[in-house]
Amino acid sequence: MHHSALRAGLFAGAVFCASATMAAELAIVSGDSGNGLAFLQSQLKEFEAKTGNTVKIVPMPPSTSDQFGQYRLWLAAGNADIDVYMTDVIWAPQLSDQFLDLTDAAKDVVKDHFPSIIESQTANGKLVAIPAFTDAPALFYRKDLLEKYGKPVPKTWDEMAATAKEIQDKEREAGAKDVWGLVFQGNAYEGLTCNALEWVKSFGGGQIVEANGDISINNEKAAKALDTVKGWVGTISPPGVLAYQEEEARGVWQTGNAVFMRNWPYAYALGNGDDSAVKGKFGVSTLPAATADDKPAATLGGWNYAVSKYSKNPEEAIKLALFLGSTEVQKNRAINQTNLPTIVSLYDDADVAKAAPIIPQWKDVFMNAVPRPSAPTKVKYNEVSSQFWSAVHDTLSGNGTAAENLEVLEAKLTELKGSGW
Amino acid sequence: MAPTQSTIQIVPTGPGRHPKRVKSELMRQRLRAAGWFLVPMLVALAIVAGWPLLRTIYFSFTNASLTNLYGAEWAGFKNYLNWTVLKSGRVIWSGLLADPVWWNAVWNTIRFAVLSVTLETILGTVVALVLNAEFKGRGLVRAAILIPWAIPTVVSARMWSWMLNDQFGIINDLFMMLGLIDHKIAWTASGDTAMIAVLIVDVWKTTPFMALLILAGLQMIPRDIYEAAAIDGVHPIKTFWRVTLPLVRPALMVAVIFRLLDAMRIFDLIYVLTPNSSQTKTISVLARENLIDFDKFAYGSAQSTMLFLIIALMTILYIWLGKVRFDGGDR
Repeated sequence: MHHSALRAGLFAGAVFCASATMAAELAIVSGDSGNGLAFLQSQLKEFEAKTGNTVKIVPMPPSTSDQFGQYRLWLAAGNADIDVYMTDVIWAPQLSDQFLDLTDAAKDVVKDHFPSIIESQTANGKLVAIPAFTDAPALFYRKDLLEKYGKPVPKTWDEMAATAKEIQDKEREAGAKDVWGLVFQGNAYEGLTCNALEWVKSFGGGQIVEANGDISINNEKAAKALDTVKGWVGTISPPGVLAYQEEEARGVWQTGNAVFMRNWPYAYALGNGDDSAVKGKFGVSTLPAATADDKPAATLGGWNYAVSKYSKNPEEAIKLALFLGSTEVQKNRAINQTNLPTIVSLYDDADVAKAAPIIPQWKDVFMNAVPRPSAPTKVKYNEVSSQFWSAVHDTLSGNGTAAENLEVLEAKLTELKGSGW
Repeated sequence: MAPTQSTIQIVPTGPGRHPKRVKSELMRQRLRAAGWFLVPMLVALAIVAGWPLLRTIYFSFTNASLTNLYGAEWAGFKNYLNWTVLKSGRVIWSGLLADPVWWNAVWNTIRFAVLSVTLETILGTVVALVLNAEFKGRGLVRAAILIPWAIPTVVSARMWSWMLNDQFGIINDLFMMLGLIDHKIAWTASGDTAMIAVLIVDVWKTTPFMALLILAGLQMIPRDIYEAAAIDGVHPIKTFWRVTLPLVRPALMVAVIFRLLDAMRIFDLIYVLTPNSSQTKTISVLARENLIDFDKFAYGSAQSTMLFLIIALMTILYIWLGKVRFDGGDR
């Protein structure tokens, strides 16, 4: 910005002013975990070089619930300090009024993305955010340990639990006292909703609230799923898993103390970092299902960039959002961060396949992805999710049985729904 | 009262002037001056405390949401208590006072406040008695003991959450080495220990504050009373119950109420340290959740207003029943 302003200043004062307003100072929020922040900085440098704008990063806590609370507060107050927000896939219907419509600006690029993702970011005919990457979790497994004990990669939850228990017990006998079978995200927050939706869905128990708005959660299959997981806590999973979010689970995994982990693809690149105890020792697969005939389920995650309607430089801010969702940045992201692209062609890209061989495999996982009920429940989604994760957390911590808690949950959701979502 | 006495001393009663009138003239002047000095503070208080409080109370009687704050419509007491009569004649209650989640949070808050303040008062008194004794390096110890109080709560909560971590936390490691426990405890995750973990951290953090306030009270007690007791051969424990405790009581009562008000509003420690579960959720945490996460701004405002009323009621009862006086006197 300085250079362009200076140059303009040499010509004329009037031009100087025009140039100074054109080269905008933008602010973007980021709740990136791991080395995501460094990656974002590297991409922003390119943007700055290209456009002459400067971009400031405002770091946020990694918990999506915490971010949402802060953003909603800022947006409600009409805060103009932040231009571009990184938004979770579930937020679009809730925050659509506060963001600019990107339909026109993105009309040339939307066709490159998966249609289902563009649809998830469209509310009331308005494209609320431009997708940056998508997310579908995987089962991370320790290749070396499975080979050592001659076990295949598990296809069902029972098989996974049995393998986890056996390896955990034998490893502990061999002196590795801190080894656990499985870590996942069991803290009472949005992440537990993702985990539990996978258990319930893969047991054939529906997806909490169906696409048509019907509340389906109170059924035997869902209860059986939660009872199964309850059996893991304290046996193959540490009791503390009930306070774990993504990073705590990754902490146990990356110090080499877990046989299996359920986590998002970001943990793949980090697990192969130089400071990792499991570097080169693990593989990833789709999450297990209830029986060999059932389909596995993976909760659809993902992040997008939205532009605040209170931004003082909306044009430049939209450019930034589009840049961060562009094929170029998504490709870098895939290579450096193992984040799954939302651009279809990148799954067949040779460079991506070479740097992150798991990504082409992910196309199938992603095709089986199940959305959280954010679309049918609209503005009430957060409360639905909170009720659901509370019921699951209560069940897992032994506060009532699965059947009891799901019955109460159904009653609460029915009351919340009222005459319609 | 002190001003009256000093006025009498200063003002000369000149001939022909009524002493009482002169006194009240000066009194009025002083009161006026005092009033002017108070204005900036009152204005500041009205802006940062009075106005938000009134707004919150107002919002609690509307149907406001964060996305629609200014278009809020009056809803009466619906957020607090409401009922619908079904066709079958059954009455369904709704609103705050009929919400089990709310009462669970009230119970959590009161349990936390009573337990933490009790523990902090006892420990604070012990620490204050120790610091009141003459020993070398007393000034240094007095300063050092304040460190936990000086660390921001969010920072200490984060610090403790690492120390209490089930897999790589130092507390489990220590207890395992000492043989106190035979398996690692998930302190903050399990419902049985989450509240205990919160209490431990809160006691660690605020005992110094209590100790300091009580120490100030202890130092006001004249030494000669103790000397007299010693000469009469009174046992030190009896001296504590009969001399120290009654004389330090006013300071103690004020310290307890400060802590109690603080403890009733507990938010940061619980929010950072424990999972968002019904076992530890307090009123403030619940109110924030409704205000922001659920976009039920009016309902959250009602919860905040109720918390304000509960605290106000507790304070009035406490001052009335405990006959607390804030000017240092007793009864």
